[in-house]
Amino acid sequence: MYDFNYYKPGSLADAASALAGAEDGKIVAGGMTLIPTMKQRLAQPSDLIDLAAVGDLKGISSDGSSVTIGAMTTHAEVAGSSDVQLVIPALAAVAEGIGDPQVRNCGTIGGSVANNDPAADYPAACLALNATIVTNKGEYSADDFFTGMFDTALDEDEILTAVKFPKPDKAAYMKFPNPASRYAMVGVCVAQTGGAARVAVTGAGQDGVFRASEMEAALASNFAPEALDGISVSADDLNSDIHASAEYRAHLIGVMAKRAVAAA
Amino acid sequence: MPTVSMTVNGQAVTGDIEARTLLVEYLRENLRLTGTHVGCDTSQCGACVVHVDGKSVKACTMLAAQAEGSDVLTIEGLADGDDLHPMQEAFRNNHGLQCGFCTPGMVMSAVDLLNHNKNPSEGEIREWLEGNICRCTGYHNIVKSIQEAATKM
Repeated sequence: MYDFNYYKPGSLADAASALAGAEDGKIVAGGMTLIPTMKQRLAQPSDLIDLAAVGDLKGISSDGSSVTIGAMTTHAEVAGSSDVQLVIPALAAVAEGIGDPQVRNCGTIGGSVANNDPAADYPAACLALNATIVTNKGEYSADDFFTGMFDTALDEDEILTAVKFPKPDKAAYMKFPNPASRYAMVGVCVAQTGGAARVAVTGAGQDGVFRASEMEAALASNFAPEALDGISVSADDLNSDIHASAEYRAHLIGVMAKRAVAAA
Repeated sequence: MPTVSMTVNGQAVTGDIEARTLLVEYLRENLRLTGTHVGCDTSQCGACVVHVDGKSVKACTMLAAQAEGSDVLTIEGLADGDDLHPMQEAFRNNHGLQCGFCTPGMVMSAVDLLNHNKNPSEGEIREWLEGNICRCTGYHNIVKSIQEAATKM
């Protein structure tokens, strides 16, 4: 790992000014992606700004119809939260399925969402659950936030502070995990709210997480696994790698979507 | 050079380190606590698991600076003098190790499990060990060890 300057500011304002003042500054939250990336020398930030001491970024609040999760809240905290389990159990299940226990003790929702790894679980949950991404500068809908592989609408000096999830009528997430990394080879999150359905797919798209609109239309009129019969997913624009071909991933999207609808 | 201070196995320690120093490097190279192992060095194998403020983490994927002010427990801090911790004793009784390389991480991970789930099922134990890889035992006796420790902790 290349060396860097390390800061642990005590407030969001100090973190923002440290980030703005750095030559090539990077925010570190749980570090579960950034530190391995730096160890491989694939990232070489001049300055690392650790948000661990910014107190108001941690914690979960709920008003019964939505859940707001601070950016520095760990996956283990989301999975174990009685508020999340009560209002959006599917979201607690997403957090419980990330990585392994030690990763869940460090990794944060803010880090995962801001990183937008194409195989991460949270982006699919945000997109399917129609989450609002809150930053120190404003808010984004999940539809506007995820702009491509490892790419988001965040400005260079913008810091993600919280994610707000409205309560759906029904939701579930199903993933086919890579047996070694536990990253999603394909993960599908489905949600039904009112008469509308949203389906978000992670692990498969070349541009990262995406919505499956044909499935959404079918589920809007009949939210049942059989509504997805006959919908074939194109392998165009899907990833091929040593773990799975694009065609295999296309097939898995259909399988995981049906399982998610059945579980919702 | 940043200075870090933390409590390791009940003792206050402080040191000047490069910002890029990993917690596992600080423990092994600065403090000479070599019980915590580096296996894969990519946060997959779990040989480096220690507790930071009571939670198991992979010390190869945490900066020492991130542990500033924390309470760190390593495998060296588990036993009470010559008396092994019940988890260590159970690993010995049940042949829960062969080469022993993964064992410090296995034990620290297992202790964290029992700290918040006193009576885990076999399935819960196996699932919890997802982030700890053993190449010798096939996990069977590790699971038995943790089941025995659960009756004594």
